[in-house]
Amino acid sequence: MRERQAAGGRLLVVDDNKVNRLLLMRSLELHGHTVAAAENGRVALDLLRREPFDVVLLDMEMPEMDGFQVLEQLVGDRQLRDLPVIVTSSLEGIANVVRCIELGAEDYLTKPVNPVLLKARIGASLEKKRLRDQQKELVSRFATPEVAQDLEDSGFSLGGKLVQATVMFSDIRDFTTLAESQTPEETIELLNTHYALMFDAITNRGGVVTTMMGDGLMSVFGAPLPLPAHEEGAVRAALEMVELIGLLNREREAARKPPLRIGIGIATGDMVAGYTGTKARATYTCIGDTVNLASRLESHTKVARRTLLIDGATRSALGEAFPLEALGPVPLRGKALPVDVFSVDVGSTL
Amino acid sequence: MSASPIDQATYDTLAETTGADFVRELVATFLQEAPAMLAELRSALAAGDAEQFRRIAHSLKSNSNTFGALTLGGMARELEHGGIAKVAAGGSPSLDELDQEYARAAAALEALRHA
Repeated sequence: MRERQAAGGRLLVVDDNKVNRLLLMRSLELHGHTVAAAENGRVALDLLRREPFDVVLLDMEMPEMDGFQVLEQLVGDRQLRDLPVIVTSSLEGIANVVRCIELGAEDYLTKPVNPVLLKARIGASLEKKRLRDQQKELVSRFATPEVAQDLEDSGFSLGGKLVQATVMFSDIRDFTTLAESQTPEETIELLNTHYALMFDAITNRGGVVTTMMGDGLMSVFGAPLPLPAHEEGAVRAALEMVELIGLLNREREAARKPPLRIGIGIATGDMVAGYTGTKARATYTCIGDTVNLASRLESHTKVARRTLLIDGATRSALGEAFPLEALGPVPLRGKALPVDVFSVDVGSTL
Repeated sequence: MSASPIDQATYDTLAETTGADFVRELVATFLQEAPAMLAELRSALAAGDAEQFRRIAHSLKSNSNTFGALTLGGMARELEHGGIAKVAAGGSPSLDELDQEYARAAAALEALRHA
């Protein structure tokens, strides 16, 4: 991808007419693009499903499978529907143009194609493709494939909605002290290992990591997609995180390194969840009292000397599946009234 | 002597934007492909295959206009839009007339190619 960016895009020209095909390929090659060709829609779809392309230039009138059929197939294909298609046709009539646009074509150029227009349209389409690819990559880093797909389906629409979900904050205890006892390289490596393990546990239970801050992270269960039993999902993810840290600590112990300790706070309730930022740079986040409470509970693990603390709403949804200890109403910073806090037994791993 | 069947400005622009050598090759490709297209038009007409007839006429129109063979392109366009019915009724150029115009355009293109 990267090396192509400077040189131009990888384009596919689809046209049954050899003169048209050669001419278009030539013009595009002169603009610095890499060009492949297909003589009808069927051949084009085969190629598109086999090799990556940045933009397709599609003729409409073709034997075997025409351009309209190709557009219909592309729209129905998750892998290919974002691929920009520029229709190049000498079909006359605005109805045809409208039909192409409705079927998802990015642009429409009439033949013979004006070279200046061609250059401009290809440039615009390549830019769109790059942005979409970047966005997809960005999202795939912090979300599960399902969530990434959902965000993509919704067109990354900014703005929020009120959702009922479970939020989890986790943090490495005394990380600063730990960091001072080792080299910077070791610290970064440890953080990366920690994040890899935490991400795995969270996404396995349907959670989404929304924020990473130094040695801490925030994740949400039940948004942007509804998740059945999100309270239990979050608690199970937390237990798995603790277990994974336990495994990591065994290795560290063998290497005579100090163990890692984490604290986790979980709260359930209403929150505003949405994609915030600008069109160019945005992130998925949740805000509200529930989020603040989860953060306070995480901080409180230090005071309570427990690993995993949950609020009353999470506790009510759990039933009797987990061994719990009621810590009673606890005054928390930022809360007018004491809050019922429960500790989940994490076993002897920590 | 009638005017050239090729619009010189169109041809020159094509040569400027894509390269003279390339256009010579492209003309050769067109001269190879076009006789088959003319033959396919006739067989589509004989078979009453309106869709095929329209598609071939459409391609011929597009290629002709690319090289500046505007008269040929105009005739192909009439055939594309009029379809089989209009040819049969004598309302469009006949395929004989189309062949004749193609011969003129091909000769002119051949000359330009060797210029």
